[in-house]
Amino acid sequence: MAGTTTTVGRSFPRMEGRAKVTGRAEYVYNLRLPNMLHAKACRSTISHGRIRSIDTSAAEATPGVHHVVTGADICKVLPEPFYGPAFHDQPILALEKVRHYGEPIAVVLAADPHVAELAAQRIVVDYEELPAVFDEVEAMTSDVIVHEELKPAGTFADLKHLAGKRDTNLALDYHLRHGDADKAFAEADRVFEHTFSTQQTMHTPFEPMIAIADVRNSAATVYTSTQSPSFVRYELARLLGWPESSVRVKTSHLGGGFGAKVYVKTEALALALSMIAHRPVRLALTMEEQFYTITKHPSTFRIASAVDKNGKVTARKCEVWWNGGAYADIGPRVTQKSGFTAAGPYNIDNVSIDSYALYTNRPPAGALRGFGIPQLVWAYESHTDIIAREMGIDPVDFRKRNILRNGRMQAVGTVVKDGEFEAILDELAKRMDWDKPFDRGSGTVRRGRGVAIGFKASISPTTSSAIVAVNADGSCIVYCSTVDMGQGSDTAMAQIASEVLDIPMEKIRVVNPDTDVTPYDMSTLGSRSTFHMGHAVRLAAADAREKLLALAKEIGLPEGHNTPVPELFVRKFGMSAGAIIGSANYIPDFTPPNYSTGQSPNATPFWMSGATGVEVEVDTETGQMRILRMINVCDIGKAINPVVVETQISGAAVMQLGFTVSEEMVIENGQLTNPSLADYRIPGIFDMPSVMESGFVAADQQNGPFGAKGVGESGTFGVSPAIANAIEDAVGVRITKMPIKAEAIYRALCVKQGRELSDD
Amino acid sequence: MTDTKNSRRTIRFTLNGRPVAADIGLNQNITEVLQDSFGLGGSRESCGQGLCGCCTVIMDGKAVTGCLTLAAFADGASVTTVEGLADGETLSAEQEAFIETGAFQCGFCTPGFILMTKQLLDENPDPDDEEIRHYLSGNLCRCGAYPEIVKAVRLAAGKRRNA
Repeated sequence: MAGTTTTVGRSFPRMEGRAKVTGRAEYVYNLRLPNMLHAKACRSTISHGRIRSIDTSAAEATPGVHHVVTGADICKVLPEPFYGPAFHDQPILALEKVRHYGEPIAVVLAADPHVAELAAQRIVVDYEELPAVFDEVEAMTSDVIVHEELKPAGTFADLKHLAGKRDTNLALDYHLRHGDADKAFAEADRVFEHTFSTQQTMHTPFEPMIAIADVRNSAATVYTSTQSPSFVRYELARLLGWPESSVRVKTSHLGGGFGAKVYVKTEALALALSMIAHRPVRLALTMEEQFYTITKHPSTFRIASAVDKNGKVTARKCEVWWNGGAYADIGPRVTQKSGFTAAGPYNIDNVSIDSYALYTNRPPAGALRGFGIPQLVWAYESHTDIIAREMGIDPVDFRKRNILRNGRMQAVGTVVKDGEFEAILDELAKRMDWDKPFDRGSGTVRRGRGVAIGFKASISPTTSSAIVAVNADGSCIVYCSTVDMGQGSDTAMAQIASEVLDIPMEKIRVVNPDTDVTPYDMSTLGSRSTFHMGHAVRLAAADAREKLLALAKEIGLPEGHNTPVPELFVRKFGMSAGAIIGSANYIPDFTPPNYSTGQSPNATPFWMSGATGVEVEVDTETGQMRILRMINVCDIGKAINPVVVETQISGAAVMQLGFTVSEEMVIENGQLTNPSLADYRIPGIFDMPSVMESGFVAADQQNGPFGAKGVGESGTFGVSPAIANAIEDAVGVRITKMPIKAEAIYRALCVKQGRELSDD
Repeated sequence: MTDTKNSRRTIRFTLNGRPVAADIGLNQNITEVLQDSFGLGGSRESCGQGLCGCCTVIMDGKAVTGCLTLAAFADGASVTTVEGLADGETLSAEQEAFIETGAFQCGFCTPGFILMTKQLLDENPDPDDEEIRHYLSGNLCRCGAYPEIVKAVRLAAGKRRNA
């Protein structure tokens, strides 16, 4: 399939570039419908409790208020108002109980958003407060139970056994057994064990989540800033008991997503509100409200390795606890899909993994750029580095002794193919000048460097469908439900259609997802679009090409003719009329894992990987750390658009840098204290490393479209442990909890000097 | 709020070079009015606290955060938004530079960065990287396009000098 290409592999500027720089790009945020009402929510001020009463009288008395809606009102229009991709556990508005701080309890509708906001503040909720659980490990054994009964959605076979389970916070347990880890540990020369943890963070997409619902004439139209138009349609149709053809979900460009906008977020509430109001309703969250809606899993990871005297890891045991918050969202998928790579990209014969999804009273956690992988890499690459150092082996050399190579079986039971783990490590070491002398600083300013590598399987099996139409004038329209949220997918899909059909880029349009128009796609998530939708568009374009060839034959043209496409249409239809429609569904091969062993001979269609190296400078008197240099190298197969690929890698690394050094949702006394960009600090321009390079190695994903595979997450993988590893290299202290703030480094330096600081 | 008669007024100002008038609520900020009364979506509210710069507009020659600027303050002022930068179909040097360097991903923060770039280059036609970072430090990009943004500013400066 590879061969020579003319459009694929070239760095075309983004198709929507002009619209974005002129401020004219379409976002759902900008949409206004005639006669629209604005919705503002009243949210829980506690983390766990029974709702004794909701007093809406003052809100209702506010001039300009149209409706005040509670959970009971939602039940009148949607009798079973529970949603979620893995569990039907999340009520559209709280019913009887609240399970996390910021959970929506009631909503005010008004034509003026300021009136709605003011009135929402006048709603008084009386609670019977209950004890809450916030820690994922405590949640395993806590008396605090977040959900009385588990309610799996039924869409995932491996969750069905959980139906009706009571008095547990365990939403899914996943176990993998590969070889005999116990035996290998018993025979090991050296055994290492460490525990690492990560904090709760948030995507903070700059276009906050928004949905506008318009229900009329037994049909629902929902305009939403979603990454999952097809799933939103499915889930809303299920809630309504309507066919999917009666629910239309439209989206535009997204002002960022990063996993925050997958599955249902604002859409079910907006839908119910429009049904109640009989008018279009706009539910636009604020930045603050996003922190109550979806977050990244905090996690605890206990990891142990058995190592022989040559530095070969003979066994690894991994126990991972994922803090899913009050509603499961897609957490159980994170537990399993990411769980099976918890031992790292290493060739280890004996692996045991136990991965647990827990309910707690934190805001819900879901997918965030990496689907759990950055949490795992943080632990296994910190752990790997500690082992190398303690054994006196160079950290790059230690990794190379153990790296998983093509042709070897990964712990899940799948043989690795087209996974360039060693190549990215080599390229990283080369770009870092790893073999050359390194200036280690002096006095109170010390320098160090560190590397880390992580990998990920693609979420599987998932389906993408596409339609490619060739118009009578020879121009082309691509219909697909992949959402361009900044990753450049529209441009990539156009390049693929252009390549197959030999139609120039400027004659191709990619339609924004609209479920009445663009066919099914599982979702834009997990770096799956380039591979899955890339194939669907390629196949649909090839289908159109075949039909054009048939048309040429039908009108009597010889094979190899060079008649322009518009001429074909004129000859067939007597004028510039008609259309050629190509279509395709794509789903890769997949074998589901065995429940008891977690093993599958075909767990993923492709492996993504990313490695990061950093050089840091640490002030031993203050704990302040500065990144002098950061290099990110990924295996992305062949690039469809090299410049877009590089910026994806670089942007992912910048985002993970924030999660590593500054971002942290702080819950004190059951309240989230910092849900704003003032107190939750994301990276700014001064936080950039002094030097930053992002690139990829020459590779070919042989089963991918034009050799390509996913890239959106790979730049995140190595960042956090590379920084921790570099800090240890610089000043000899090991940070095991994220985020790595100056205070944490300073405290560790004090401990090293034998004077532990108190927590005050 | 409850007395709607006294909570509205008409303001007149210059918007992207043209005189305009708008009936506004006194609690409305300029970003809302640009959106609701003029259909201009380039200034967007994101953080709502004047920290991210997505809502940036230029008022009387100064860049301000639209989400913290009451629309009433625009009365009599001259307001420039990102929609006012291009000359018909011809993009400004800053806009061209952002496209050519790939200095955006989702694009939501882009208008703010472009307006700040224009403001910077009006004041300092040849800034070094440190001056660029300092000037743009009040704007945030969640997609992390900062390295490309710095390149875009340098390119825009070159384009303006050679124009």
